[in-house]
Amino acid sequence: MLKDDPLANVLLVDLTKNRFRVERREDLFSQHIGGAGVAIQLLHELCPQGCDPLSPDNPIIFAVGPSTGLFPLASKTVAMFKSPHTGNLGESHCGGRSAVAIRMAGFGAIVIQGASSLPVYLAVHDGKVYFRDASTLWGMGSSITPGRIIRTSEPGAGLRTIMRIGIAGEKLIPYACVTTETYRHFGRLGLGAVFGSKKLKAIAISGRRSLPVADKKQYRRVYDEIHRAAVDSPVMKKYHDLGTPENVLPLNALRALPTRNLQSAQFEGAEAISGESMAEHYLGRRLACSHCPVACIHIAALREPHPKEPYFYKTSMIAYDYEPTYALGSMLGIADPVGMLKLMDRVEAVGLDAMTTGVVLAWATEAQQRGLVGTTETAGLTLSFGDADSYIQAVDLIVKQPTEFYSHLARGVDAAAQQYGGLEFALSMGGNEMPGYHTGPGAHLGFLVGARHSHLDNAGYSVDQKNLVQQLVPPSELVRMIVAEERWRQVLSSLVICFFARGIYQPELVTRVLQASGFELSADDLHRIGTVIHREKYRFKLREGFSVDDLRLPKRLFETPATVGGWDEAYMREALRCFRESILSQQGQ
Amino acid sequence: MAKIVRLSVVDADRCVGCQCCMFACARRYEPGLAVACIGVRSSGGMERGFTVVVCRACENPPCARVCPVDALLLRPGGGVRLDPAKCIGCGQCRTACVLGAVFWDDEANKPAICIHCGICAAYCPHDVLLLEERNAVHAEG
Repeated sequence: MLKDDPLANVLLVDLTKNRFRVERREDLFSQHIGGAGVAIQLLHELCPQGCDPLSPDNPIIFAVGPSTGLFPLASKTVAMFKSPHTGNLGESHCGGRSAVAIRMAGFGAIVIQGASSLPVYLAVHDGKVYFRDASTLWGMGSSITPGRIIRTSEPGAGLRTIMRIGIAGEKLIPYACVTTETYRHFGRLGLGAVFGSKKLKAIAISGRRSLPVADKKQYRRVYDEIHRAAVDSPVMKKYHDLGTPENVLPLNALRALPTRNLQSAQFEGAEAISGESMAEHYLGRRLACSHCPVACIHIAALREPHPKEPYFYKTSMIAYDYEPTYALGSMLGIADPVGMLKLMDRVEAVGLDAMTTGVVLAWATEAQQRGLVGTTETAGLTLSFGDADSYIQAVDLIVKQPTEFYSHLARGVDAAAQQYGGLEFALSMGGNEMPGYHTGPGAHLGFLVGARHSHLDNAGYSVDQKNLVQQLVPPSELVRMIVAEERWRQVLSSLVICFFARGIYQPELVTRVLQASGFELSADDLHRIGTVIHREKYRFKLREGFSVDDLRLPKRLFETPATVGGWDEAYMREALRCFRESILSQQGQ
Repeated sequence: MAKIVRLSVVDADRCVGCQCCMFACARRYEPGLAVACIGVRSSGGMERGFTVVVCRACENPPCARVCPVDALLLRPGGGVRLDPAKCIGCGQCRTACVLGAVFWDDEANKPAICIHCGICAAYCPHDVLLLEERNAVHAEG
């Protein structure tokens, strides 16, 4: 890496002592690039083995990469922490202005340790950290309001990120998210609860600086190549036009759209909540993350009359992506786009992860229909597929927890099903609720063994659609394909390239992109680094007690026909056995 | 007489806030954002869209009028050029521009002045910006 690159600056903030310092860590960045590669090393250094994820000992690590601020689409921030939801490796990625703001503030990583005694928010400007009292912001009903307040009280308009939690994070719900710029999220695995446990309401970060490059002429040439590809190439078109909800109709046609707690993988209401229909009737604005010409973020404008007073209206701007459309739409049998948008808005306001919330509510509905719980447990509420209003109430009850049932729902679907039964239709894997792809064994295996139990770890759903739909491969071969993809993705998430641009950022191009920042690495070197990062993540997971043998396979996965046929529980168990061998040999065990 | 061009914000409603214009502007000199002469910020939250701030090439520019050392020279057809050797970094030009279109390069402690080269428009993926001939439609803020 380049000697004068501010990337190697790691900002360490101690909330217990209200102090901060900057450490220069060229050793980490030159070896592990940035993003996920650097974050997992910092997590190994700073997270004590076996620590309680909601204790002051659990560090929050944000990391960006050398290409952030230099090249388009290198705009993700990687967060790492110990997850309060799985009790193991927590990793979540977020765009918005977060990555560019961290880079422009002069840091490659920001680490937050300790816990504040009073609610606090952090402001990071010009390399300094200000500890601001957030007592007044604590307990607000909507996560959107603190963002508005901080926006007016902090400098750096246009150059800043404002990360914040909602009431779900304050109440330590282990699947609470952190929201940035109103519409982007560190959604999964409960970073919001870790913020809450530190009494950390928000972080505002801004900066404006120049960045060094090895050779300006060559840098501009590579830049133009990527910019042209991002703007012109068909690989980005789908994200640009309809956004991620473009996937609703194709997945539904493939029998891959989880519906009514995966009792079906085809939804008769798919058309009404499709990207096409939402764009036609509700699309109000499109947004982009910083330094991304694609603008995949789609915001609906929902105009509603006041329930009592005529001629009063409000227009809400609500982000809809594929995953929330699955989790808070088809998974709950909601075909009414207005109901779905209002539910999304509510989940956004309290600051819960949309995917986990949808799966939890879907399980609760089926549990109530099967008589595992009654209206005593649900505080009088009858949950019913398709009834968005009942789900909006249920979201509030998950936050308020008036009965033990809601306290269990607030811990996720595993905890609830262990208490009330119905594990066979409790759709979580590795402790994390499933994403919206019932394409076949690739999707589910990928989610089970992905280092953070995210569908984005290795895109098993893509292996299903591209390969397995032609011909089912032996479990060992599926494991090989998924692990190879996940290792490569460690490289992309160390440069913090958005995975939507993975078709552009091929290994050869990545070597030239990194040259601009003084990294002389071959494609082979990159693959080696990807393998090391993947191994390091699994070293952490094993250290914290992860075992392939403990993974639960919900029966429902095998009952509802998927896009790819011909696989069963024995196939998946064999795949898991192959995976266990592969990671153990990788760890040298 | 040479053709006089200036930059114009022709359709801020199409701005998605990607800030590719800001990066393009700075990239001519120094990668990053320190020297960018154009700014994109939300109009009070991203849900309300974006405000694009760039010099509109005033014919009688207040920034030049308040400069105590005549470091801002009138550009033919409107707008100014900076003579960095004269500039003392007092920042009065920044205060004088009601648009906020005089940006500040903190690293050099001097204003970052738009020269209406149009590189930002070339990298705008959504035709928000246009390099146009003088006396065409007036620019928005």
